[in-house]
Amino acid sequence: MKIFQPIQKAFRFYVEGFRHMPAWGRKMWLIIIIKGIAIFVIMKFLFFPNLLKKNYNSDEERSKHVLEQLTKPR
Amino acid sequence: MDQLSSLVDWSRAQFALTAMYHWIFVPLTLGMSFMIAIMETIYVRTGKEEWKKMTKFWAKLFGINFAIGVATGIILEFEFGTNWSNYSWFVGDIFGAPLAIEGIMAFFMESTFIAIMFFGWNKVSKKFHLTSTWLVAIGANLSALWILVANAWMQFPTGTVFNPDTARNEMINFGDVLFSPIAVNKFLHTISSSYIVGAVFIIGVSSWFLLKKREIVFAKKSILVAATFGFIASVFVAFTGDGSAYQVAQKQPMKLAAMEGLYDGQNGAGLIVVGVLTPGKQAGDDKDADIFKVEIPKLLSFLGYRDTDAFVPGVNDLVYGNDEQGLISAEEKIARGRIAIETLHEYKVAKENGDSTYAEIALLFDRETPQGKEFYDNYFRYFGYGYLNSPEDIIPNVPMTFYSFHIMVALGFFFIFFFFMMLIFTIKNSIDRRKMWLRIALFTMPLAFIATQTGWIVAEVGRQPWVIQDLMPTVAAVSQIDASAVQLTFVLFAIIFTALLVAEISIMLKAIKTGPNEGGK
Repeated sequence: MKIFQPIQKAFRFYVEGFRHMPAWGRKMWLIIIIKGIAIFVIMKFLFFPNLLKKNYNSDEERSKHVLEQLTKPR
Repeated sequence: MDQLSSLVDWSRAQFALTAMYHWIFVPLTLGMSFMIAIMETIYVRTGKEEWKKMTKFWAKLFGINFAIGVATGIILEFEFGTNWSNYSWFVGDIFGAPLAIEGIMAFFMESTFIAIMFFGWNKVSKKFHLTSTWLVAIGANLSALWILVANAWMQFPTGTVFNPDTARNEMINFGDVLFSPIAVNKFLHTISSSYIVGAVFIIGVSSWFLLKKREIVFAKKSILVAATFGFIASVFVAFTGDGSAYQVAQKQPMKLAAMEGLYDGQNGAGLIVVGVLTPGKQAGDDKDADIFKVEIPKLLSFLGYRDTDAFVPGVNDLVYGNDEQGLISAEEKIARGRIAIETLHEYKVAKENGDSTYAEIALLFDRETPQGKEFYDNYFRYFGYGYLNSPEDIIPNVPMTFYSFHIMVALGFFFIFFFFMMLIFTIKNSIDRRKMWLRIALFTMPLAFIATQTGWIVAEVGRQPWVIQDLMPTVAAVSQIDASAVQLTFVLFAIIFTALLVAEISIMLKAIKTGPNEGGK
């Protein structure tokens, strides 16, 4: 199928690129992967939940909560 | 209250730490990308291999920096959701829209074309490769645009209305948000200062090669490109800095007063060139503001208001008011802000109870109605003041803002001189004999980072206590979480980011020592 040719070509381009990547490039990718896991898996789930998304089910509830926070007596 | 202060302080410290580390990587990416594109353009036009060698070497250092720095900014977005949940809800789609565009642009433009930039040598045509390199540079800079637009809105909220039903600000005019004078100046000033960082970095590394008597031609040509680019950028930074100061004077007068350590406003105010502030100076006391200063008469009035005799309000005028100048006191603003908060509370209660006053109060939050306009002008524009306890709470850290500003400005003018001298020596072909200047170039590398970091300190510390100017102070923006959890993540971040920085520096040094010839010397 001709329409898939550009996609196949792009895919091969990336595969070839990664295969012939110099040593420093591999090291960089290793750092990116470790960092990605640390940021998106460990930090996001253990330390940085989105409080409003986690604690409230709808935007209406979130609005109500923030309005309460903003208008409560201080 | 102490617990809240501790939570706010630690949340601020954590955000500052993340942002400052993130901003070590970003300016180098923004700055180097265009110079690499320029070098590759020369290669494509001339066909000379030495320009290809330069492009590939600097692209390698760019790649190391990009890989280490990528995604460090995403942590800031996590912090919005956890530490600053009231704020992230309150800003609504003002942040959502620019950040979504930034995400799409960063992902599609940078990720796609950076692959071609690194994998595409000898696989795609020279022109296609060059186009990709330019698109990486343009994409990176456009990504910065959207972040800076979002930041500019916090400094000067415009193009939006507050919806009392959702407690969110809603965008009514994207053009006003995108082209607000603060956004335009901030973008131009920030990216051009990043170009200086990139140019200083290339000159510094090239100078090291010259001091080591290595890669002489390569280093000289790199310095020629970087010094030319850096000189143009540094002159441009001076102009955009002037534009920024003008906007600060109009929209954030307290920040300007802190930048200049000006406590008592005056007509024909001078600009301090060098000065030392009096330690322990407080608003309203009778101590002199500074121990000594060298100032240029009337220049602050001119820069701030384009009039050498204009009145520049000081900290005391803004805190305690100045009837003569039509400045209302912070105490009055706090009272008005509390009325705005109370009105929002009444609206919420009336809505919940199905009270008949609900529709009437709703009109106050609609700026299209006469009563809504009046309520906005007299009360709601001071909404954030209602959360403050005392008038002095509107004063940022004056010494930190003052010294950061003066360090940034002094370095800015030094960079113009530095690039000019490097350019002259390169044109005269004597740069490799100028040992002192080559050593100065090495020491200028950290100075470029200091300049750009102090710029952000001025912008962010100088606008305290606000997360959104006049509408939301940090104390109202923060999530009610345990301060010890924030302390823990602060330490965690400090360790992770320091490790990343050490990794970057060591990998970078190794790549530099290897040099532009594959396998090194």
